[in-house]
Amino acid sequence: MRILKALLSTVVALALVYALNRSWGVVPALGPFISPFTGFWQNAEKPNQLQEQSLLIGGTKEPVEVLFDSLHIPHVFAQNDHDVYFVQGYLTARDRLWQMEFQTHAAAGRVAEIVGDRATELDRYNRRLGMGFAAEQSVKYMMDDSLTRESLEAYSAGVNAYINGLTPGQYPLEYKLLGYAPEPWTPLKCAYFLKYMSGVLALGADDVAMTNILAKYGPEVTNDLFPNYPKHEDPIIPPGTKWDFLPVYYLKSPTNPHPGKDGFALNWPRHDPSIGSNNWAIAAQKSATGYPILANDPHLNLSLPSIWYLIQLHTPTLNVMGASMPGSPGVIGGFNQHIAWGETNVGSDVLDFYKIKFKDNTRREYWHDNKWKPVTRRIEVVKIKGKPDLVDTVLYTHHGPVMYEPGQKSFAKNMPVGYAVRWVAHDPANELKCFYLLNRAKNHADYREALTYYGAPAQNFVFADVNKDIAIAPNGRFPLKKQLQGKFLLDGTNPNDDWRAYIPADQNPHVKNPPRGFVSSANQSSTDLTYPYYLNWQFAPHERGSRINQQLTAMQHATADSIGKLQFDTYNIRAAELLPKLLSHLQSGKLSTAQKQALTTLQQWKYYQTTAELAPTIFVEWEKRFMDALWGDDLPDDDSLPLRKPSADRTIRLLEETPTAHWFDDVRTPAHETVADIVTSSFQMAIDTLIKRHGPQSAGWQWATTKGTKISHLARLDAFSALNVQVGGGATVVNAITSRTGPSWRLVVELGPTPTGYAAVPGGQSGNPGSHYYLNMLETWRKGQLTRLQYLTSPKAPGSYVRWQIH
Amino acid sequence: MCAGKSINLMRPIIPIVIQTLLTILMQLFLPWWSIAVVAFAFCFGRPEGSIRSFVYSFTGVAAAWFGYILLQHIQTGGVLTSRISEVLKLPANPVFMLIITPLVGGLVAGFAGIAGYFVRQALMPTVTVKS
Repeated sequence: MRILKALLSTVVALALVYALNRSWGVVPALGPFISPFTGFWQNAEKPNQLQEQSLLIGGTKEPVEVLFDSLHIPHVFAQNDHDVYFVQGYLTARDRLWQMEFQTHAAAGRVAEIVGDRATELDRYNRRLGMGFAAEQSVKYMMDDSLTRESLEAYSAGVNAYINGLTPGQYPLEYKLLGYAPEPWTPLKCAYFLKYMSGVLALGADDVAMTNILAKYGPEVTNDLFPNYPKHEDPIIPPGTKWDFLPVYYLKSPTNPHPGKDGFALNWPRHDPSIGSNNWAIAAQKSATGYPILANDPHLNLSLPSIWYLIQLHTPTLNVMGASMPGSPGVIGGFNQHIAWGETNVGSDVLDFYKIKFKDNTRREYWHDNKWKPVTRRIEVVKIKGKPDLVDTVLYTHHGPVMYEPGQKSFAKNMPVGYAVRWVAHDPANELKCFYLLNRAKNHADYREALTYYGAPAQNFVFADVNKDIAIAPNGRFPLKKQLQGKFLLDGTNPNDDWRAYIPADQNPHVKNPPRGFVSSANQSSTDLTYPYYLNWQFAPHERGSRINQQLTAMQHATADSIGKLQFDTYNIRAAELLPKLLSHLQSGKLSTAQKQALTTLQQWKYYQTTAELAPTIFVEWEKRFMDALWGDDLPDDDSLPLRKPSADRTIRLLEETPTAHWFDDVRTPAHETVADIVTSSFQMAIDTLIKRHGPQSAGWQWATTKGTKISHLARLDAFSALNVQVGGGATVVNAITSRTGPSWRLVVELGPTPTGYAAVPGGQSGNPGSHYYLNMLETWRKGQLTRLQYLTSPKAPGSYVRWQIH
Repeated sequence: MCAGKSINLMRPIIPIVIQTLLTILMQLFLPWWSIAVVAFAFCFGRPEGSIRSFVYSFTGVAAAWFGYILLQHIQTGGVLTSRISEVLKLPANPVFMLIITPLVGGLVAGFAGIAGYFVRQALMPTVTVKS
């Protein structure tokens, strides 16, 4: 009996410990997680957690001083390049370790080893896309350059110095929740991070949908509905700018594309038009300061921990301040004592698909240039938590990896067969060198030189300097293409359709000091039609760019304040262009009382999408319903046959020029619908939907409420996210805050003998949800306020900083 | 009577305090499950009946854990306490983690304490003093 009791009670106690010491599906191992000594309690920080200290890390060549200001932005004072990047790595890891590792794990196709089988297909996707191949190519290339090698190695050593000093109880919260541990950082992970950004910004492709449309309607209709340049455009390089180079390449007129006959219904992620950005610089004659003012707000999927990490880096030869990205040394956008710069995305076509003709089912050779060429194989081993490894073989041609092979059963139901992916990010480039040089640039010539090193994702680099020059350049590697090459799927056997060179870097579009006194970009077309090379047939719609250019044209005696107001501007040009046309066709006699009430609200609207307005809620829903009603019958988009709608620009032209077009008829009904029928029924449907969703028209229809902007934690935990942030804005307005995307930070720099920078961040410096600096900057960002940055010149700067000595 | 009662009330204090201190000490170096080792060893070495083993171990560890998390909760302004409650699909209120944490620690220690006591009885039986 005694023995039995002893055994039984021991088993119970052991079972309890065992059950609490392991994770159960998504539930973390509760024992270690809630232990006050090692668990989440240790991640809660006091408001004054950051204290003055002398830190002996080892790894720096000379002592380094760090001053943290009241926002916990570190100002790093080092004596050399190595030390400044070492400490940047250390501090970034201290605030953002989980984020930087998770993002590189995602790019490397290693999420399943953390969260299990539900991420296996995501991992395969990233691996088959060639992220690993691309990162390996790039890191080799970057390590060949002594400057970037030194910064990558120093940064990695700094990250590792931080990791090595951690006990499990000090791991960031997310490691404890997901039950894994940080691993050593390497330069390869920096390369993965850069590829991750290319994945975010340079992977949009409509080639499949366009090819399907071409097959369904033929070239004439396709060209009519999807023209190769928009009607309304306000390009980044002002029209009429003379190109200061002679094009060196002359290409034969385009050959017809060769759409495949079967199995190209690839589920490729569509480009998200709300991931765009704004930047501009005004010349000295337009500013109140007598020097240029520069502004930048990159729009991304808003996420937490904050995408950007603000930092100042100072050595005897460097004094740069701005936003860095966790995972990459240096500053990506910001200013030094001479220049300021910032980026927006370029929507150039840098991703194409080539149909591969294999010799036989062994797929060891493929046909190209009238020869059989060998296929190479890359083995990808996907580790999956709780399951055996998955070994995946990816076939590589000279174009790139074949993402989906004939006969592969495990993929999505609409199996796209046998296309190789040609993507600019597969080619080695040294983006870090571009930023290294920009961080130290003194003038326009330095800026131009820095840009020649940049590969992908292509960006509109805006520039201003203390010599009163302003400039902008859509820049990156642009494949030298025939007109419209890659609008549709391509033939992988014909060398004429290959990418054979890049546009020479100095012939990328650029402009310096244009007569209008400002430069700007908002992801719209890079140039007018006089640019001698083909970049893409479509770019982001013109509205944000047009609004910015109108406002800047009118602006005089501008200050950081007036520039900040423009960043926060919510005027919707799309509504101003489209709404009057819709209203002119609306048959108000057919409307119910509730629908008439909504109509009145719309008619009184001045097109500003501020938080408390009801009209934006109505307009945005109506626009969506109208586009669906107009195009949904002719171009239905579904998984088995992806198609897409024409642009808003083309649709507005249809309303203007051909309101009797047959496209207005709904082919699914026997009746013959006119434009008025479609406009009216879509309005009725929109209002009925809104009433169903939000109740009768009332304060519940306020724009900020129905938009429900959410800044989501990377692991999609609502508890660590900011929900229902009350902000205005919208997809086609300058302050481009939608429900999930928006300005990931805002920067304004007044150039001058001493530059003054201002910033806003939707989050905070710390990546720890248990820190008081995790979301402390959100409120000023939400209100459109800018905080003046402390640009220091000496570690002895007076003021209440938390001072660290690092040895 | 009075004197006897006060002795009865005082009697658990010492083992509980010892367990609390041992728990804190061990946790500084060893993983969370060292609370079970402490409770097991303590009740093995100082057998006082199965129920007492459970109660003393539970109370000792729960007190150590509760005291520490209350301190952390107050010092940090409770910045994380209710957020974690939400992560675990509980309402966003700090009270849940403030109760669950010592409860879990206490239960683990309590069952380990009983096991310690019964193993002792199986190997080297003692006569339990009835109070």
